[in-house]
Amino acid sequence: MIELHVILVLMIAASIVAMEIEDLLSSVIALGAVGFGLTLEFLLLKAPDLAITQLVVEILSVIILIRATVGVKLPAERIKARIGYFAFAVVFAGVFLFFAHKAVVQLPPFGEPIMKIGREYIASAMERTGAVNIVSAIILDFRGYDTLGEASILFTSVIGVLAVLRAAGKKKGKAQ
Amino acid sequence: MKETSGMSLIVKRVTRISVSLIFLYGVYILLHGHITPGGGFAGGVIIALSFIHLVLAFGREAAFKRLSHEFISLAESAGGLMFLIIAVLGFSGGFFFLNFLRHGTPFELFSSGTIILCNIAIFIKVGAGLFAIFIALAMLRIPIEQEKG
Repeated sequence: MIELHVILVLMIAASIVAMEIEDLLSSVIALGAVGFGLTLEFLLLKAPDLAITQLVVEILSVIILIRATVGVKLPAERIKARIGYFAFAVVFAGVFLFFAHKAVVQLPPFGEPIMKIGREYIASAMERTGAVNIVSAIILDFRGYDTLGEASILFTSVIGVLAVLRAAGKKKGKAQ
Repeated sequence: MKETSGMSLIVKRVTRISVSLIFLYGVYILLHGHITPGGGFAGGVIIALSFIHLVLAFGREAAFKRLSHEFISLAESAGGLMFLIIAVLGFSGGFFFLNFLRHGTPFELFSSGTIILCNIAIFIKVGAGLFAIFIALAMLRIPIEQEKG
């Protein structure tokens, strides 16, 4: 699984670039690199459904971000690097990595014990739903309730975006 | 960056060909969601992307000619409602989200009962919703930009 780690290192590098670079457009492109790296990770871990969804959502979000940031000059504020803050960040990261390592080594290997409910789904999905793609069978039949929740989340977010960015309120606030 | 004119001639010519292909691919991903990877969500995002492609190349009016604002809000609500109605119809056979249609033979296009209908409902909802978000986020702020410049 060496390629998995190579892509992971590239993603970490791209996210550091996205945070540190001053130009907004370059930052958005670096963010897109993180997303496409995640797509490749999903493909390598044999999850094509997730990979397709991640890919198209990444394209959409990069388009929206580029469209929203192109031609915008934000005042660049450099936070002065202080040695105290830096030391605190390093210590915190070290503590976090220490405990994360302690937790991660106790995890079972990847996909090793298939859970009872997962075994039931894998064994009976095709005859009980008629769908060959087991992911579709789970998200739209066995776990349809969760998908309903996700759909209502999307609905609420669309309403929220349209309410915040509606044209009627904007014209009033401009004050000619 | 004028709102109505869109991009250059080359972009417009290529867009005229590629938009229909992207649209077709979205429908393919949708209809084969229960056989191959993909499904309603991915198909819906691809459809939204095809309309976004149109908006970016031709400007906002060209896309609104094909897809009016009222139609987007209607489709968004209708998709969510259709999904809920499919779920409630499951009560006819016993419980919420029951797959009450005939399952058909696996590996065929029209199999898997309600799953394909749910996919279509989510497809309509996601496509309309994300296109509306794009219009709101990326298009409504252009007048402000022009005032500044």
